[in-house]
Amino acid sequence: MTYHRLTQEDIAFFRSVTAPQRVLAGEEAGEDYFHDELGGVRSAPEAVVKVLSTGEVSRLLAYANERRIPVVPRGAGTGLVGASVAVEGGLMLDLTGMDRILELDGDNLTVTVQPGVLLMELAAFADEHGFLYPPDPGEKSATIGGNISTNAGGMRAVKYGVTRDYVRGLTVVLPDGQVMELGGKVVKNSSGYALKDLIVGSEGTLAVITEAVLKLVPKPAVSVSLLMPFDTMDEALDAVPEIVRSQAAPTAIEYFARETILFAEDYLGKRFPEDTHAAYLLLTFDGAGPAQVEAEYSATADLCQVLGARDALIIDTDERKDSVWPARGAFLEAIKASTTEMDECDVVVPRSRIADFIKFTHRLAEELNVRIPSFGHAGDGNLHIYICRDALEQGDWEQVLETAFDRMYARAAEMGGLVSGEHGIGWAKKKYMAAQYGPEEMALMGRIKAAFDPNNILNPGKVCQ
Amino acid sequence: MDIIVCVKQVPGTTQVDIDPDTGVMRRDSASTKLNPYDLFAIEAALALVRETGGSVRTLTMGPPQARAALLETVWMGADSGVLVSDRRLGGADVLATARALAQAARAMGRYDLILCGKQTTDGDTAQVGAELAELLGIPHAGNVLSVAPGEGFVDARVSLDDRDELQRLPLPCLVCVDKNINTPRLPSYFRKKALAADPVTVLTLDDFPDRDERRYGLSGSPTQVERTFSPERAEHRAMLSGDPEEAAGQLADLLLAGKFVREV
Repeated sequence: MTYHRLTQEDIAFFRSVTAPQRVLAGEEAGEDYFHDELGGVRSAPEAVVKVLSTGEVSRLLAYANERRIPVVPRGAGTGLVGASVAVEGGLMLDLTGMDRILELDGDNLTVTVQPGVLLMELAAFADEHGFLYPPDPGEKSATIGGNISTNAGGMRAVKYGVTRDYVRGLTVVLPDGQVMELGGKVVKNSSGYALKDLIVGSEGTLAVITEAVLKLVPKPAVSVSLLMPFDTMDEALDAVPEIVRSQAAPTAIEYFARETILFAEDYLGKRFPEDTHAAYLLLTFDGAGPAQVEAEYSATADLCQVLGARDALIIDTDERKDSVWPARGAFLEAIKASTTEMDECDVVVPRSRIADFIKFTHRLAEELNVRIPSFGHAGDGNLHIYICRDALEQGDWEQVLETAFDRMYARAAEMGGLVSGEHGIGWAKKKYMAAQYGPEEMALMGRIKAAFDPNNILNPGKVCQ
Repeated sequence: MDIIVCVKQVPGTTQVDIDPDTGVMRRDSASTKLNPYDLFAIEAALALVRETGGSVRTLTMGPPQARAALLETVWMGADSGVLVSDRRLGGADVLATARALAQAARAMGRYDLILCGKQTTDGDTAQVGAELAELLGIPHAGNVLSVAPGEGFVDARVSLDDRDELQRLPLPCLVCVDKNINTPRLPSYFRKKALAADPVTVLTLDDFPDRDERRYGLSGSPTQVERTFSPERAEHRAMLSGDPEEAAGQLADLLLAGKFVREV
């Protein structure tokens, strides 16, 4: 499909709808808009418009739809699969200026936000008001709009679920400029197709989200984490299915290797409280009172002692949490800083298979003679696996990357897993998803896309295209 | 090296509530923790002993429930704890507190080094450590960034804001460590579970070499607290909206009106 290239007339229209200084045409849009966090794909938008209202988004989309201008919505640009990169050029909508928390509804336990609110701002706001917004992805400076668009998961998914479970309602603008409110403040909804849930995770390909009603939960009074060192990664990972089977209800079960802690210590310039063992599990328990939480974590610690845990270290105060969790949040950046270039694999496998899958990546690393560090959400089966380029030549790197990805996605599929647990498909993972789903399922997705966006102007070339 | 670390149990949250009528601190007894500043002293002590051998005992004064704080130090790696607890010691100011701790330290037998944190999060006076050293008649250093052991002495790196000073202190001595000089280790659930005997000894005034009641508690405190209150908090907030240029104009007007800036 050929798209319309932006002209001075188009730029003038964008300026008339918004404000001159909020339209960055051509060179004015800085390099930051050309890529996302992982930068696997680079492409310059022809113009960036910093939108401030649903009305502006609506008028811009209606205009773009008529003239066949590709439009890419973008939040903080912290994505990892190129979903927010303007691969066809065109117009980029920067939604970070729509950053207001509009309403806290204590009667319905909801908060209404604009899409540019940052996850860390929402988390702090909920906390201040005695609530918890459970989704807790590592990247706290992502926008809520971005989190919804990728159906982000995060560390509390084991107990609380993922972003989709907390989206009650959305205000969206369809590619033709129509504004629709999907869902609402209702708890239950059996009224027709779940369009709201279709938008969640659609990576900006079906509609532009301009407002969201999110569900909050009462803040648990007590939250305690356990850091459990193991002598080997195999022992640590083998303990995970046992913990799940024991019906303990941790909010998080994270795993990581000593190597990753050392990278984080370097990166943050701060020591981790324990860095002498080969592998670690980090679990969190929350609840209404200290006795209940202690009973829960004690049972799990006792179980893990039998399974080879060398210790169970208690993280129960703010300052202890501050010595551990920020480091966990920085793992991605820390690994990135340890190598010349990297790419990631965000597969999700059934929880019972996670140990097998990680062991498989260790064998693969040896076989391909490449470093493949990983960490992730052992409790929900979602792994973050990084293939590090280190000193490889460009040609070798491309070959190693392709082989590693092909092998890992194929192995995940054999185990009943899926291509992405929480980072999305975007641009970078399309072929792996298409290979797994097959032509019929991909065609069905294509028809859904066409129903929303018959002119294919919204984030073209992504997800199922 | 045999080390005593002074610790205190403080409210679990940083939000300390003062009853405006009575001026008494509203302590939520369900939520307490080890004074965060003391964690650095405990870590420093455990690291020293790992190097030199010896023992780490922790010492606190407080109500019976302060035992929990001492147990936590043992889960972190201390060998044992001493709780000074006696109604006759209640209501003590910094001097009466230091007197009681000095008596307890004498009752605890031989030690080489006493380590304290910089201050507590509830009292914030940062005086007890220095007073304790004076009462024991031993040298002391404050704002210490690191402690290196030697034969019969320790070398303490002291922060004097604009420069650091290396001080050599003969043993026994007392050192107050600064915050953030290390990453304190975490308490171990396995250590907690493995404890066979009660590691906490309780001392009362009757165990002190000096049993003169008038020197302790409220009666031994030269400081009388007239009134305690939370400082009045005023929050004025203005939300500016519109384009960056409009908002900048509004901001400039506000700053001018408030006399924060002057037009030139």
